Amino acid sequence: MTVSSVELTRAALERIKQVEDRVKAYVTVDEAGALAQAAEADRRLKAKENVTPLTGLPIAVKDNMCTKGLRTTCSSKILADYLPPYDATVVTKLKAAGAVILGKTNLDEFAMGSSTENSAFQATRNPWDTGTVPGGSSGGSAAAVAAGEAVMATGSDTGGSIRQPASFCGVVGLKPTYGRVSRYGLVAFASSLDQIGPLTKDVTGAAQMLNVIAGHDPLDSTSADRPVPDYTRALVNDVKKLKIGLVRELMGDGISPEVKAAVKKAADALAGLGAELVEVSLPSLEYAIATYYLIAPAEASSNLARFDGVKYGHRNKEAKDLLTMYYETRREGFGPEVKRRIMIGTYALSAGYYDAYYLKALKVRTLIKRDFEKAFERCDVLVSPTSPTVAFRVGEKAADPLAMYLSDIATIPVNLAGLPALSLPCGFSGRLPIGLQMIGRAFAEETLLRAAFTYEQNTAWHQQSAPL
Amino acid sequence: MKIDVEHVARLARLGLTETEKKLFGEQLSAILDYADNLKKLDTESVPPTSHAVAMSNVYREDKVIPCADVEPIMANAPDEANHMFRVPRIIE
Repeated sequence: MTVSSVELTRAALERIKQVEDRVKAYVTVDEAGALAQAAEADRRLKAKENVTPLTGLPIAVKDNMCTKGLRTTCSSKILADYLPPYDATVVTKLKAAGAVILGKTNLDEFAMGSSTENSAFQATRNPWDTGTVPGGSSGGSAAAVAAGEAVMATGSDTGGSIRQPASFCGVVGLKPTYGRVSRYGLVAFASSLDQIGPLTKDVTGAAQMLNVIAGHDPLDSTSADRPVPDYTRALVNDVKKLKIGLVRELMGDGISPEVKAAVKKAADALAGLGAELVEVSLPSLEYAIATYYLIAPAEASSNLARFDGVKYGHRNKEAKDLLTMYYETRREGFGPEVKRRIMIGTYALSAGYYDAYYLKALKVRTLIKRDFEKAFERCDVLVSPTSPTVAFRVGEKAADPLAMYLSDIATIPVNLAGLPALSLPCGFSGRLPIGLQMIGRAFAEETLLRAAFTYEQNTAWHQQSAPL
Repeated sequence: MKIDVEHVARLARLGLTETEKKLFGEQLSAILDYADNLKKLDTESVPPTSHAVAMSNVYREDKVIPCADVEPIMANAPDEANHMFRVPRIIE
């Protein structure tokens, strides 16, 4: 029996109506648009016209990726009514593949945060326990997939924003190599770190979506001009001959005992399946958070200068002169975390402090990158926890920005080095999912997918569903 | 680390309330104290990395292509006149 896209899309929209008041994953649901796209997908399926594994699948798009004529807010007041005049390249590609876009998912404002509490509109909740956060910044996308409100979703990852919510919500999240996926139409946060990737129920879904969204784009000059393999061919249940390195610095005191035990068990399981398991050290890792929280805000302070109330977005209407208009527009439009990061970045780039902070951070970034290069001389894949803990309580870290930043220790170094990495479920602490991070060499997404697929085929974590 | 919050906010064209000035002053100091950890590392002979994946200049053909429709762009303008963005008076 086959199900039509219209039926599948209606079921997803129905599910959204059932659970959305508890999960709050979506900023915008486009019911009419989704049903029209579904009808078109059904026509394509019937005519066997350009059918892909994504044709007819109802998916969600993180609300920092432009969708032509469909509100794109970045979960910020400053863009609350923004209607993009164009589609992001990933959206163009997903539409061309026949995917049905259900709506736009919530995020930490401008993707700055690790809990999706920094949204100007609503705090998304974790479907496994609605008293906890879904992670962030792609918390809306991860929660939507975990709650069955979308079959798959796009996320963006600057310091862990795909992988950490995937970990908290018990789904698969893949951050591709920097440059693998076009950033055209992704509202920029930190341009040297941002990368778009899939959030899916399983590793197969991740490979299928990556097949659609990967590739060179003349509209993003940092996108990599190299061929895109068929990633689903990497879905092989075999890790023999793979050398897997367990990262010593990410199995220490700062990691909760339950998470550590689950990750150790997963690494042992991979060894049991034929991989060679070794321990590796990344000594510069302890400097990664400080490095990231100078570089990312510096880039953000420059990227967010465009929100000035002139061309689009919110404007303070009372101001009588231009400078006051800038000050007041940005005071009213940005939330506290965005302001905080603009301030850090502006400071790190300002006269007298550039060398001591920004340039210093760029040099330490080199050291972190070299650590990974050295580890990958010995290993094909590195494994670690995705996050030091399972999902934390709503409000628990909201008042202490530094404590929130420190929880990104396992994911941030990967963005600094530009490498591909994914998170997949590897256990539970109570009823909350634990995520296993796998890191690969640049452009070695296939090795990563193979290792993840093998682990998934030999465990049953991904078959569990959030009890909503 | 004591930072001049008002000066930084001016550089960033960011209006802040008195409460925010005080809060950010404390929080930024804590974050920058943490960032001072980097000073422990000797990076004298280390080159900076601004992009993780090495790239050289990317060129394309200098070709005229159609511009996006003007109407949907201007529809987002907070204030416009005759397809131009209007801003408060700059020159006296």
